[in-house]
Amino acid sequence: MEILMFNLFGGLAVAFALGTIISKRPVNSAISLIGTMFCLAGLFAMQDAHLIATLQILVYAGAIMVLFLFVIMLLNLREKVGAESRRQPFWQLLAVVVAGALFAPLVAFGGGKWLGFKNVAPDFGSTAAVGRLLYTSYILPFEIASVLLLAALVGAVILTKTKLR
Amino acid sequence: MITVNHYMALSAILFVIGVVGVLTRRNILIVMMSIELMLNAANLLFVTFARQTGDMTGHVFVFMVMAVAAAEAAVGLAITLALFKNRETVDIDEVNLLKG
Repeated sequence: MEILMFNLFGGLAVAFALGTIISKRPVNSAISLIGTMFCLAGLFAMQDAHLIATLQILVYAGAIMVLFLFVIMLLNLREKVGAESRRQPFWQLLAVVVAGALFAPLVAFGGGKWLGFKNVAPDFGSTAAVGRLLYTSYILPFEIASVLLLAALVGAVILTKTKLR
Repeated sequence: MITVNHYMALSAILFVIGVVGVLTRRNILIVMMSIELMLNAANLLFVTFARQTGDMTGHVFVFMVMAVAAAEAAVGLAITLALFKNRETVDIDEVNLLKG
C-alpha cells in the first residue's frame, strides 16, 4: 500500500513537474505546478506531516498559484511570448547536462545505505505539536517571518503602483 | 518498503527538473514557477528527515520556507507586472539593463 501510494504520488509529481517546464503556455505550466503541489501534499501526509500537508495545499496551491494565475491573466500574453529561447541548442543541452551532473551527488548522498523510518509518537506532525514548537522554541523566527510578509506586502503594493508621488 | 533514499531520489529528480526549467526557459513566470518547484523539492527532504529522526524541527523549517516562498512570489510577480508595464515583455533575455 505504501509503495503503491509512493509510486502514484511520486510519479505524478514528476510528470506534472515535467509538464510545468515543457508546456508552451504559462497557464498550462501553472496548472501542472498545482498538480505537483497536490502530489507533494500527499507525500507529506504519508510521512505524518499533517499540518504541513494542509499548509501545502492552502498556501501553495491555494494562495501562491492563484497569484501566479492572476498575474498570467493580467498580463494577457500573446501566444508563445518568451516561450522560445534564442540561445543555441548547444547551450540548452549544456544546461541540461549541468543539471544532470548536479543530480548524481544528490542521489549518491545516501552512501549506499538504505535508511529506514522509525516509529514516531502518535501526535507527530499534528497541528498542536508543531504549533507548540513554533510558539515556544521558534517564536523569534516566527515573528520575523510575519515582519517579512508585511515587508513583501508593502513592497508589492509600491512596485505595482501606477503613480508614485 | 519505502526508505529515506526513495524520497531523496524523488526530491533530487524534482530539484533537477526545476534547475532545468530555470536554465532553459526564458519566460520569467515559468522561471519563478521552477524556483517554487526547487523549494518544494527541498521541503520534501525536510519532511522526510523530520520523519526519520522523529524531530519536528524540520516541519518548522518547512513552515518558514513557505512564508519566504509566499513573500518571494508576491514581490517577484509585482516586479513582473512593473516590467511588463514598462517594457512590454516577460522575456528575461530582454531585461539586460545591468549587463556589463
